Amino acid sequence: MAEKIVLEIARYAPEKDEKPSFQSFEVPFRKEWVVLDALNHIKDKVDGSLTYRWSCRMGVCGSCGMMVNGEPKLTCATFLSSYGNGATVRVEPLRYFPVIRDLVTALSDFLVKLQSVKPWLIRKDEPPLSAGEFLQTPEQLDIYKQFSMCINCTLCYAACPVVGLEPTFVGPAALALAQRYNMDNRDQGAEERLGLLAHPEGIWGCTFVGECTRVCPKHVDPAGAIQQYKLKAALEWVKGFILPRGSEDQSKEVRP
Amino acid sequence: MSKPSNEGFFWLLFSAGGVVAAVFIPVLLFLFGVAFPLGWLPQPSYEHLLTLARSPLARIFLFVVCSLPLFHWAHRFRFTLYDGLQVKHLNEAIFVLCYGGALVGTLLSGYLLLKI
Repeated sequence: MAEKIVLEIARYAPEKDEKPSFQSFEVPFRKEWVVLDALNHIKDKVDGSLTYRWSCRMGVCGSCGMMVNGEPKLTCATFLSSYGNGATVRVEPLRYFPVIRDLVTALSDFLVKLQSVKPWLIRKDEPPLSAGEFLQTPEQLDIYKQFSMCINCTLCYAACPVVGLEPTFVGPAALALAQRYNMDNRDQGAEERLGLLAHPEGIWGCTFVGECTRVCPKHVDPAGAIQQYKLKAALEWVKGFILPRGSEDQSKEVRP
Repeated sequence: MSKPSNEGFFWLLFSAGGVVAAVFIPVLLFLFGVAFPLGWLPQPSYEHLLTLARSPLARIFLFVVCSLPLFHWAHRFRFTLYDGLQVKHLNEAIFVLCYGGALVGTLLSGYLLLKI
């Protein structure tokens, strides 16, 4: 008996469909194939109109994230063999994102949120080039390295129930990335970011469900980053309460 | 992205309450709910416990053990109602109900602890 697996794929063409529907495709069940290989097989051999994003095929680019049997997954890292010969596997676009076509979601809202946390090195003073590099010890790198592994695949957004309930919530990846820069000893923007993120749509929107960390393919632990950030923000609140600051010019460098 | 929030304060109470509840309540439950009734440990006399509970340190300890976990509950329950029932429009009422409840419990425990 030939080994087969059935993919039930969400299809949506905005020019003719009112809402997404499912189409089933039978593909060979090969144990070395991942879901993305099966999608490529369909696109090459069965239906060239199937639309989805992918690029690196090796868990680095973060573009092939989809819901596979209801779980946010990188399809390049999800083997058909984990579902078994003869299984039916449902492939849908990432949850909570607007769908552009078939399995392709619109990322503009996420990109605005990402940019809002200022995920880059902020310097108050910019030393001249002649002063050389910003040197960093391995210990200083280790403090934030884990949070820098994010590939912006947005699986954590599709996993987070708060993202589903509160469309304005900044969300796990962006908050973790903010914390990544806060913890970088070359950065001087922690205070600026705190003002942007210590509000109900920022870190306080998170109720520590922890699904973001569970689905993260790069083990970034966004939930952990947000809890660290909450502690920092809460302590800053206490400091501000005990020692109210009159003016901005007393602002000093905040180091995690 | 608007007004600065006092959410940090409530989160600290939530956090502290969680720690207190996780660290001390299981110990108290084990001692008074299991170990003493089953005779695993010698049962302290009522008079002994009463004297102990009247000492200032024990009063503070019991007050903290009663109060902070209530604020932990308030925060959890607030978000459970908020997200679980999705009653966003009732947010202020929920806020008052949850933290108000915790405050009433705190005052009551303070009163009872002072009276013993």
